[in-house]
Amino acid sequence: MDSANSDRTAPGQHLAPTVARSVKILVVGAFGVGKTTLIGAVSEIDPLRTEERITTASVGIDPGQPNKETTTVAMDFGRITVTDDIALYLFGTPGQRRFWDLWAGLADGAVGALVLIDTRHLEDSFEVLDQLELHTKIPFTVVVNQFPDSPDYPLERVRAALDLLPETPIVECDARDRPSAVLTLITLVEHAMTFPVFQKVNA
Amino acid sequence: MDTEEYRDHPVRSYVLTSGRAHPSRNTLRPETLLRAVESRPVLSTAGRLERELVQLCHGTLALAEVAAYLQLPASLVTVMVSDLVDAGNLTIRSNHQAHVLPGKDILEKILDGLRKL
Repeated sequence: MDSANSDRTAPGQHLAPTVARSVKILVVGAFGVGKTTLIGAVSEIDPLRTEERITTASVGIDPGQPNKETTTVAMDFGRITVTDDIALYLFGTPGQRRFWDLWAGLADGAVGALVLIDTRHLEDSFEVLDQLELHTKIPFTVVVNQFPDSPDYPLERVRAALDLLPETPIVECDARDRPSAVLTLITLVEHAMTFPVFQKVNA
Repeated sequence: MDTEEYRDHPVRSYVLTSGRAHPSRNTLRPETLLRAVESRPVLSTAGRLERELVQLCHGTLALAEVAAYLQLPASLVTVMVSDLVDAGNLTIRSNHQAHVLPGKDILEKILDGLRKL
């Protein structure tokens, strides 16, 4: 998935002059779960990538001897001009604990998050969900990305396995398919509307 | 698709921002919309990347897009953007309650827009 990153003049990539505000949705999940695929399916621009250097403390090491390492994390993102004056940005970011510093800042002011799940590797999602529930108050929707060889689990079984709250939406999706990916966004925004407005994140 | 999502490598110093890691304002987010102030020439002391940044913003772009096109980390671009806003070369087009979730009216508009896709 080549982006237009090398073209610094960005012809035709500017937002319409009428766009005066932006909102964001996070797309989080374990590696290889299809975050960039979903973003690419709905974005009006080729997905772009920025890289961020973060310092991560290794887990399980003697706290008195913090063993820190610097890691580069890629953030792929896309954009949809949803109305004449609003641009919606979709930021894909790994959800593991060691990247928390990166996406804690990203979650600030977000409409919500799509949590992508691969039922072939359900255990990879536990840490991502834990991080979201523990550290943010943003609404999220669990999206089961259907791979050709995914086991055919009923959604309610996946919900139980992930120990989701009853109000947390869970939907199936083919991340490559635009209408399917758009539906996940609609589900998330509908869910976000049930949340108290003007709620502070990480307050 | 998600390969090379992260890699470990040596730290490159923040030479471009004179060693500063934090911007002069904290309302800038990756989705913050930026636009160049056409009437304001870039100071002669500005570097090549600052000029390229302002050039990119002759139409509206989000900070993350600017970072992607410049192939620089968003955190570093945030520092540069902050300086350019202070210098009057850039304006922030979207600065709605940086730390607050969008209100219901905005969510309704987004929902309408998504349903029309």
